[in-house]
Amino acid sequence: MDSKTKALEVTDLTVAYQRKPVLWDIDLDVPSGVLMAIVGPNGAGKTTLIKTILGLLKPAAGHVLIHGKSYIEQRQIVGYVPQRGSVDWDFPTSVLDVVMMGRYGELGWFKRPGRRERDLAHDALTKVGMADYADRQISQLSGGQQQRVFLARALVQDAQIYFMDEPFQGVDATTERAIVTLLQELRAAGKTVIVVHHDLQTVPEYFDWVTLLNVRCIASGPVSQVFTDDNLRSTYGGRVGFLSRNGTATEVAYGHPV
Amino acid sequence: MDILYSLFFDYTLRTVAIGTAIIGIVSGALGCFALLRKQSLLGDAISHATLPGVVIAFLLTGSKAPLVLIIGGIIAGWLATLLVTTIVRHTRIKEDSALGIALSVFFGFGLVMLAFSQTVPNANQAGLNRFLFGQAAAIIERDVITMGVLGFITLGLMTLFWKEFKILSFDPEYAASLGFPVRWLDILLTTLLVVAIVIGLQAVGVILMSAMVVAPAAAARQWTNRLGLMVGLAALFGAMSGVGGAMVSSLGSGLGTGPVIVLIISVIVVVSMLLAPNRGLVWNWIRQQRNRHRLRLETVLSDLYILSQQHQDPSHGHSIEILRAMNVGRGGVEHSLHILLEKGYVQEIGPDSWVLTPRGLAEAKRLLQDMNGLPQPLQEVTVS
Amino acid sequence: MTTAQLEIQLIAVVVAAACALPGVFLVLRRMAMMSDAISHTVLLGIVLAFFVVSDFGNPLLMIGAAAVGVLTVSLTELLNKTGLVKEDAAIGLVFPALFSIAVILIGVFARNVHLDTHMVFQGDLVFAPFDRWQVLGLDLPRTLVVMTVILLLNAVLITVFYKELKLATFDAGLAAAMGFSPALIHYGLMTMVSITAVGAFDAVGSILVIALMIAPPAAAYLLTDRLPVMLGLSVLIGAVGSILGYWVAHYFDTTIAGSMVMMIGVLFGLTLLFSPQRGLVALARRRIRQKWEFSQTMLAIHLLNHAGTAHAEEESRVDHLWEHMRWHPAFAEQVVRYAERKGVVRRHSGHLILTDTGRNLAQQAMMH
Repeated sequence: MDSKTKALEVTDLTVAYQRKPVLWDIDLDVPSGVLMAIVGPNGAGKTTLIKTILGLLKPAAGHVLIHGKSYIEQRQIVGYVPQRGSVDWDFPTSVLDVVMMGRYGELGWFKRPGRRERDLAHDALTKVGMADYADRQISQLSGGQQQRVFLARALVQDAQIYFMDEPFQGVDATTERAIVTLLQELRAAGKTVIVVHHDLQTVPEYFDWVTLLNVRCIASGPVSQVFTDDNLRSTYGGRVGFLSRNGTATEVAYGHPV
Repeated sequence: MDILYSLFFDYTLRTVAIGTAIIGIVSGALGCFALLRKQSLLGDAISHATLPGVVIAFLLTGSKAPLVLIIGGIIAGWLATLLVTTIVRHTRIKEDSALGIALSVFFGFGLVMLAFSQTVPNANQAGLNRFLFGQAAAIIERDVITMGVLGFITLGLMTLFWKEFKILSFDPEYAASLGFPVRWLDILLTTLLVVAIVIGLQAVGVILMSAMVVAPAAAARQWTNRLGLMVGLAALFGAMSGVGGAMVSSLGSGLGTGPVIVLIISVIVVVSMLLAPNRGLVWNWIRQQRNRHRLRLETVLSDLYILSQQHQDPSHGHSIEILRAMNVGRGGVEHSLHILLEKGYVQEIGPDSWVLTPRGLAEAKRLLQDMNGLPQPLQEVTVS
Repeated sequence: MTTAQLEIQLIAVVVAAACALPGVFLVLRRMAMMSDAISHTVLLGIVLAFFVVSDFGNPLLMIGAAAVGVLTVSLTELLNKTGLVKEDAAIGLVFPALFSIAVILIGVFARNVHLDTHMVFQGDLVFAPFDRWQVLGLDLPRTLVVMTVILLLNAVLITVFYKELKLATFDAGLAAAMGFSPALIHYGLMTMVSITAVGAFDAVGSILVIALMIAPPAAAYLLTDRLPVMLGLSVLIGAVGSILGYWVAHYFDTTIAGSMVMMIGVLFGLTLLFSPQRGLVALARRRIRQKWEFSQTMLAIHLLNHAGTAHAEEESRVDHLWEHMRWHPAFAEQVVRYAERKGVVRRHSGHLILTDTGRNLAQQAMMH
């Protein structure tokens, strides 16, 4: 993989909170145009990894390249969907307003969003099936609708590479389907999508690439090669044992033959 | 009416009212961001903490020029904010304790400085006391000009950075991912809040200025779901209470202006929480009653429908007792029946013998279909 | 030292202890700002009760005032429950309103009464020895008697309900599951805070009450992990700060309550800086020490991760190290030297080789 086809290149990345390491020496190469899941147990550092890649946390060592350049240079081509619970949904603003925030980076200082931003936001809302909700106050949305709004906000960024933190957390089945379809459309359009995911069962069905993370990077690559019994065990320790003992669950969990 | 007349034609009162209006507008507007960022109590800590700054600025310069005292207050308010941030970031002490410590220690230090200033042989120090509870009557043109200029700059910066402050308040992490320097924006917004608080000290006092940050914003929040409108309304409410307070305290009662202003704005908050459309508690209550009422009618209607389906003869009448039994705990069956009678959905074919009319039958069918179609019919009703 | 001076200091110590005990739980339960609210609003209670009984010594006055303190808590919770404002805003709305009413009432109706607004913050500790009660044949300052009773009440309540308070503070869910009503404990604590605030009010004023309830427990929290020790230390810090404050006020001829708050602030500041485990200085020193150990571990893990891979050759070169780790070259060299001294790596013709010690270090670090 030469650096042009690498959407994301993480080298020797170590991140620590108060000197207590959360990620140790992560090396990660993600090719362009894949739909990748980051999985690992709670406290594995999944969110930390994404936030560090996006420059929201400062690493103790190592560096990150996005399409061959640093995040600061490539900010315009990166889209971000934070965890839904990270904001106060009682904030006095409308759905359309939140989605337009995705254009703020492009707009730069002082300029206010105008007609063009409005149109782009409407398009994005249509894509996530929320066109009728544009003028709603955001506190009136269900969990799934909130998630769609956040997705729409990332869509208007018109990025090449997207980072999403648990987009399936607490959404209804219809929304989950809609999000998967959307992610697959993004991949079909040549975008790279990196998703923090916690449901092992659906990894083979939804994603084509996977990174197993637990403080260090256990494995990363195509789901068919990397999503193995051994790798899962070294990621989750004993906790994944029940999957292996129960034959059917194993099949559902891994999908591809090991 | 006299007081209104004076407001326009009495030079002193007009000056004071303009001053308190500016205070209300600026603190109301900036307070919205503080409220939305859950920094309501930071305002309390900042305003208490300004006292030593004001007094020391006076002691150092010997001047009571508003700008001097305001700068002193801003520096002290800033140091208190810094102390809170340092404690919270580097120790296990939580924000509430850090705020309480900053508030009490700075204020205690201010009281010591105030006592000290009283011993300094300088006739000029009288009047620093009014920073405790505020004395709007003492506002003169020079003060109004300073407040006006500072207020204008503050609101101007808020407007200039509107989009940035909005995204900072809603989702700071996302703002950072878009490349906004959230730390600097945070510092700027907090500084504007400090300025808004400090220019109000003279009229409202350090004890109660925090209310001018929280209350207008909390009242405005009830009336609208748009940030812009909320800021505008908060400014309006702030101005109203400021002018009201100035007028009442000018009646010569000798009351500190601060408490009067706070009382007025508190009344506005209560009224807003009760009466504001959509969010107001009264409307909520009415909506609930209406829903309950409608639900009762619908229950009786569908119960009658179910009874008529079970009986071979659809025109067979049913007694209130049966309906009551089906309708456990909801009550008001008889009342509901009479309303349905008026609407022409049921008729009484004999003594205590009720049956659906053809219209009632159609309505009941439609209702049951709706209920089956929608998973949570009641929730839909409450939201609308 | 005159008797009056001794008595003032005695009062100060008793007040400090009475405030620190409930204060510990306020700080641990993240409700410190309730002391700010309550110590302001009890003024309303005092004023209202005064209209009824016209006597500051009347115990009914204290009960009435404490009731307003509890009312503050309920109003705050009521506002919070409507969902129209968040909790911090609810506190910020309720207490200025009640406090304003009190100040206005004083201004309008009680101007000739011994209750001026200055006293609200600073109290009148200097005059405390002049207001005396005969108790058990002893001639004692009224405030001393009142505050001793309140201190004993607080101490008894905390001792009797120690287990419940502790459980409700650290694990409200478990406490509820075991049948201790969290609401009951909450209101019990808030009543304690209200009574203490009222009792201390005319002697030391609201601002010292706030300082005594929050700062000593917060300082103690930086010194210990054990609840009984924290209770003891809080009392000690509050008492020492108060006595120091008294003498500062004495020598500089300034407000007693103000200087007490200031000295408590100084004690808190010293603890914040120099607490052996959690002070800012200890933190900075630990960070510097850990920086080397941490960097050495990072280096070891880096070498281990790349050992045996195709890139091992390139990744282990000393002169390329700074490039991979994004360290400053000089810093990278220092880390390597540090690691060499500790026997974690060896240099071999421009490459770094992990020793067995180093391998163990890396493996252990990665197991958290």
